Amino acid sequence: MQLSGWGRYPRAEGRLSAPRDTAALAALLAEGPAIARGMGRAYGDSAIGRHAISTRHLNRMIAFDATTGQLVAEAGVTLGEIIDAFLPRGWFLSVTPGTKFVSLGGAIAADVHGKNHHVDGSFGGFVDWIEVMGPDGAVNRCSATQNPDLFHWTLGGMGLTGVILRAAIRLRPVESGWIRQTTIPARNLDEALDAFAQTMDATYSMAWIDCIASGDRLGRSIVMEGEHAGRGELPADRRARPFDTPDRRAARVPFDFPGLTLNPLSVRLFNEAYWQKGLRQPTTTLTGWDPFFYPLDTVHEWNRIYGRRGFMQFQCVVPLESHGEGLRAILGAIARTGAASFLAVLKRFGPQQGRLSFPMEGYTLALDFPVNRRSLSLMPELDRITADHGGRFYLAKDSRLSAQTLRQTDPRWDAFAQWREDNGLAGQFVSAQSERLAL
Amino acid sequence: MSKTILILGATSDMARACAHRYAREGYDLQLAARDAAAIEADAQDLRLRHGVTATALAFDVLDTDGFAGFIAGLAPLPDVVLCAVGFMGDQTESQRNPQAATVVLRSNFEGPALALGMLAERFEARGSGTVIGISSVAGDRGRASNYVYGAAKAGFTAFLSGLRNRLARGPVRVITVKPGFVATKMTEGLPLNPRLTAQPDEVAEAIWRAQDKGRDVIYVRRVWRLIMAIIRALPEWQFKKTTL
Ligand SMILES: Cc1cc2nc3c(=O)[nH]c(=O)nc-3n(C[C@H](O)[C@H](O)[C@H](O)COP(=O)(O)OP(=O)(O)OC[C@H]3O[C@@H](n4cnc5c(N)ncnc54)[C@H](O)[C@@H]3O)c2cc1C
Ligand SMILES: NC(=O)c1ccc[n+]([C@@H]2O[C@H](COP(=O)([O-])OP(=O)(O)OC[C@H]3O[C@@H](n4cnc5c(N)ncnc54)[C@H](OP(=O)(O)O)[C@@H]3O)[C@@H](O)[C@H]2O)c1
Repeated sequence: MQLSGWGRYPRAEGRLSAPRDTAALAALLAEGPAIARGMGRAYGDSAIGRHAISTRHLNRMIAFDATTGQLVAEAGVTLGEIIDAFLPRGWFLSVTPGTKFVSLGGAIAADVHGKNHHVDGSFGGFVDWIEVMGPDGAVNRCSATQNPDLFHWTLGGMGLTGVILRAAIRLRPVESGWIRQTTIPARNLDEALDAFAQTMDATYSMAWIDCIASGDRLGRSIVMEGEHAGRGELPADRRARPFDTPDRRAARVPFDFPGLTLNPLSVRLFNEAYWQKGLRQPTTTLTGWDPFFYPLDTVHEWNRIYGRRGFMQFQCVVPLESHGEGLRAILGAIARTGAASFLAVLKRFGPQQGRLSFPMEGYTLALDFPVNRRSLSLMPELDRITADHGGRFYLAKDSRLSAQTLRQTDPRWDAFAQWREDNGLAGQFVSAQSERLAL
Repeated sequence: MSKTILILGATSDMARACAHRYAREGYDLQLAARDAAAIEADAQDLRLRHGVTATALAFDVLDTDGFAGFIAGLAPLPDVVLCAVGFMGDQTESQRNPQAATVVLRSNFEGPALALGMLAERFEARGSGTVIGISSVAGDRGRASNYVYGAAKAGFTAFLSGLRNRLARGPVRVITVKPGFVATKMTEGLPLNPRLTAQPDEVAEAIWRAQDKGRDVIYVRRVWRLIMAIIRALPEWQFKKTTL
């Protein structure tokens, strides 16, 4: 069948299996090269290949320790399910990406980051141990002290070290399901960067950035920061049930939008409206965890708005030393071509933590582009600017980087590929991405 | 006090989805399957997610002699019983081999009907309870491709209908579920039309709503009610020539 990631680009013919237990999984691995697949939320070709093995049936929770907040669960459990089960008992994820529809295995394999990276680091920092099935079907438990190489290469290893079966992660205690959110409009990039500099001790921060604004409005942004609200901060009538937040009604995109719907004009209008809304918003509000962390999750299959040809995401991080120039050059190139990115996010990162973590101290920019000629010719230019400023790229979002650019910007993957070779994993765990990037 | 549901055939995908749906409503769970050890992981998962009690029980629908002991051992006697046990078998094999056909007939009709019948008796004596049987549209009209399975499901459907009729004036409720295609182990690898195929979660939601709203017979996806009405209405001389 046709397999693709969240961006629906690229698509490739491949087999999709969904084993119901570890014995069936081991038998599938014995058949030849394969790649694990969680919820398919990586944008590009990370979880597609000749044989993708879905973990959707391997999705049980196994144990929870209410004194330490440690949860042991199978890899197919989703982050949303963890919130459903544990928020009512006062626990939240320590790190969460911008959608709750990702699997635990996928969160570990990409070592995902959240809006709190500058304070708490990435997902891997809250993983106590994992169990990984190797090509021979043997299951190895690993942690920072036990089989440390397997552990450190699996966090962020994009499924290329084996299939994660189970993991122990630590949740964070919270007093409510509410977030105290502060909104800071920034008229240009300098103001946005100032706002980030001033909110370094906020637990959560990120900015929506308007990539169409140019000239002296280049980089205008709505910077948002947030804190878990204590019970005492809630209005009196909410205090008795601090974990109940309003249900959000879900909608679904019913069909593929024609390719023209998202054109530079509609994106410009959207961005303008969003900016105006940001200006009008009260600076500090209480908001539920769901709209704060997962603004897009209520629109199921929103990836269809980009039409049949799909879309790509470009996400890079530019180190602190050169971030101002780097970001300006990237935004300038986008504004010049008029390529329309309507979901653009800017965020401050703290230092790299895991061995293969994407983040490094600096700023990350994530942009969506429809697949078309203009975007495809812009991307290599963005790659070049990123490379020139000492930045690097996020494989969970990538669908088109060249092996050469990856190696040039991020030599860690050389050591990774070598380790795979030495441990007999290279021919066994193979995705379309690992082939393209020669990992 | 919290309520309890007994699920027979708890390893089935539909049953698993139902267990989660009922646990979300706060029901305690009695999960019965041939291999009780195989559902211990599910039981633990349900306890953790929903904070309910979940016990794993051994139950073989072909062991009709063991039913009385099994039911006597239930503590407590559940408020709801759901039977998801079913076995498609291989039609060609069932045509040729009476032993194979017998397993299909007993797994889909005799076993489920007798077990639910006995539980209905206990519910009636107690004065409350809901009996839910998962039958199939395959029982609405016998088709060449699976009529041994279909005949057993037809028997099961008729049994549930009769049981409902007998208990209609009392407090015990009987619900017949006739899902069309459902994406489960049973149908894995079959080329099913996605518009006609429900996900197990959808079935669980429909079952919960049927109980909540007091329905008697449900088809899950509504189109199936229409499809089956047409299939049942075809005159036999015409139906016999079809390949459905
Ligand atoms: C709307 C949206 C917002 C996002 N926001 C963020 C964000 O803020 N921060 C961030 O870091 N990411 C973000 N992402 C990316 C997403 O978090 C990652 O791509 C994540 O890996 C997806 O998990 P998944 O379960 O869907 O995995 P898939 O997409 O199915 O797979 C992703 C990778 O994980 C591997 N994998 C999956 N399961 C296993 C397993 N059991 N064992 C071994 N390897 C496995 C796959 O082989 C593949 O390489 C976002 C994605 C979307 C769609
Ligand atoms: N899938 C469909 O399209 C569809 C459509 C209409 C109706 N149905 C019916 O829906 C119900 C659930 O089926 P499903 O699709 O979820 O398929 P399934 O996963 O194959 O479930 C069948 C269940 O029956 C159990 N079972 C079989 N023989 C048994 C026995 N002798 N004793 C105890 N348990 C036994 C199986 O247990 P083990 O794990 O021990 O084998 C399994 O739990 C069945 O009644 C089926 O006939 C299915």
